[in-house]
Amino acid sequence: MSGDVTIRTSADATPAADIDLSTDLAGVVFPDPVFTASGCAAAGRELAPYNDLRAIGGVVTKSIQLRPRSGRPTPRMAETPSGMLNSIGLQGPGIDAFLDNDLRWLADNDVRAVVSIAGSSVDDYGKLASRLRGQPVSLIEVNISCPNVEDRGQVFACDVGASAAVVAAVRRNAPSGVPVFAKLSPDVTDIVAIAQSCVDAGANGLSLINTTLGISIDTTTMRPVLAGTTGGLSGPAIRPLALRCVWQVHAALPHVPIMGIGGIRTGLDALEFVLAGASAVQVGTVIFHDPSAPSRISRELRAALADRGVDRLADLVGLAHRPPVLTVPEDADPPGDEPEPAPFLPRPVEFEESSP
Amino acid sequence: MASTTRNPVQVRGEVLSVKQVGDYFAMTVVASGIAEQTRPGQFVAVAVSGDDGAMLLRRAFSIHHVADRGVYGGTVEFVFAVHGKGTAWLAGRRAHDPIDVVGPLGRPFKLPAQPAHCVLVGGGYGAAPLFMLADELRKRGCRVDFVLGAANADRLFGALDAKRMAASVAFTTDDGSYGERGRVSDVLPEVIERTRADVVYACGPMAMLQAVQRVAGEAYDGAGIPAQVAVEEAMACGVGVCMTCVLPVIGDDGETRMVRSCVDGPVFAGDRIRWDALGTVPSDAVGAAAMGL
Repeated sequence: MSGDVTIRTSADATPAADIDLSTDLAGVVFPDPVFTASGCAAAGRELAPYNDLRAIGGVVTKSIQLRPRSGRPTPRMAETPSGMLNSIGLQGPGIDAFLDNDLRWLADNDVRAVVSIAGSSVDDYGKLASRLRGQPVSLIEVNISCPNVEDRGQVFACDVGASAAVVAAVRRNAPSGVPVFAKLSPDVTDIVAIAQSCVDAGANGLSLINTTLGISIDTTTMRPVLAGTTGGLSGPAIRPLALRCVWQVHAALPHVPIMGIGGIRTGLDALEFVLAGASAVQVGTVIFHDPSAPSRISRELRAALADRGVDRLADLVGLAHRPPVLTVPEDADPPGDEPEPAPFLPRPVEFEESSP
Repeated sequence: MASTTRNPVQVRGEVLSVKQVGDYFAMTVVASGIAEQTRPGQFVAVAVSGDDGAMLLRRAFSIHHVADRGVYGGTVEFVFAVHGKGTAWLAGRRAHDPIDVVGPLGRPFKLPAQPAHCVLVGGGYGAAPLFMLADELRKRGCRVDFVLGAANADRLFGALDAKRMAASVAFTTDDGSYGERGRVSDVLPEVIERTRADVVYACGPMAMLQAVQRVAGEAYDGAGIPAQVAVEEAMACGVGVCMTCVLPVIGDDGETRMVRSCVDGPVFAGDRIRWDALGTVPSDAVGAAAMGL
């Protein structure tokens, strides 16, 4: 995407403050690539005591629907190794209260808002998108991949045609100039095919990935832990899976901006996603462990770039797909049109006679 | 929701001590910024298993005691039982170990504006937050009586403190190993009558809280007195973002909503909780209809 990266030695590393972490997501430039992930930050306000929310890329709000939703019964959560299962069921106040309270709070506090929308039908999504016209929204994320819907077989993101229909409805109704990102599920045979269909339908970018479906069973009660039986698995347990999805989609669609999501816990985890092809990252479950994680991860990412002598985050997007960069000493002769050197041939070696 | 003046902080604290108390553990953490702000009934959310550990979810514990000054600066004490790997990890901490604590969190007990007669009911280590509350109530000129119950004598928490602070203490154990055999709700009607109680405060298991609310509601031949109850719901974050700790609660407008016990509680007016619907979403709850699509 960009030119060759100059990776220098740490002796002339860039001061952290001078590093450019800004990222261009389908024409909208964000000063920082770290966002909160939908469903893990409510609508931001609860995290204000622990983060400067204006400094991070933005808050991706919990998926909002047209009507208020109570969510599912409890237990809604089960801790699993390096992760958790949740079956919240998209609890939320509905779009009216969301616009009046949550989105207003974000705007009043100069926090960039990425609004996640979810619906039960293509029509729902279209209506939600049109409700965002004239609102302080930096980007729209279309949640077509929540596993906690009534009919778990009907996740839009598991079907090429359904994904495209939803994305097209959103793009048609959404405010122009506001990028539309589709958030995809890893629970598919070919995520590239879904990604391609969303882009063809007008998605300006992709958020990869939502949770993957799992079950936990209580060996005392001998029944599923979650009231909803199945739940979405998140946290570091799914990081390699998420990274693989980002890798595959970036390889197939290198010009489509990606928000990388899945088990990011540190700045180096975020860097992995950038190297795989993400232009930005969202941090989710780690917030439950560390409510100041969004700010911390941004700080750690900046330090990671400084350590590597990289000035611009954008230069690293997808870098891992390219062949290794060889570090060339500064006093080496510049490459030119010199003739190919003769192939190296070893000289014959004579051996001493072995000692008695 | 009305915003409150509380300002929780996240502190990289240090373990000052871990003491075994009967069947429980009491951990004191040096965590400046939390102690000064804590009001009775609030809680802390503690990270377990370290920065790279496999357990991601915070454990929430009622604040038992705070000291906002002294040689160590502010300290916070909480009480826990070893139920699983997370609490076992906590019990294995030693003095000077680092520990990440967020607090104070949640809405505290509401205090009577005028001196009142108060019965404080604790079940097991759920009694932990009641001693700060008793202190505060006594400062306000309230009469304080305790009812403490548990499965057995080793699981009674704070018996000595209760005896020291209260006008009277009634004990119950399921096995009769200490005090009366039975439940706190068995003796509570008599305690309310005898102490001419105006209000009940309670913390403990949900089934106990439900029984306490029933007794409070039936007190004085059905006239009833208010009960302030601190609930114990499983939480993942403690700060209001995960939406796992919800329970059905009736709001000022009469509508039932699935509210977060971490930010809208953990203390609720007992008559606002839909006790019979715990663990479910009542069909008349706001937004329940949208779930059935």
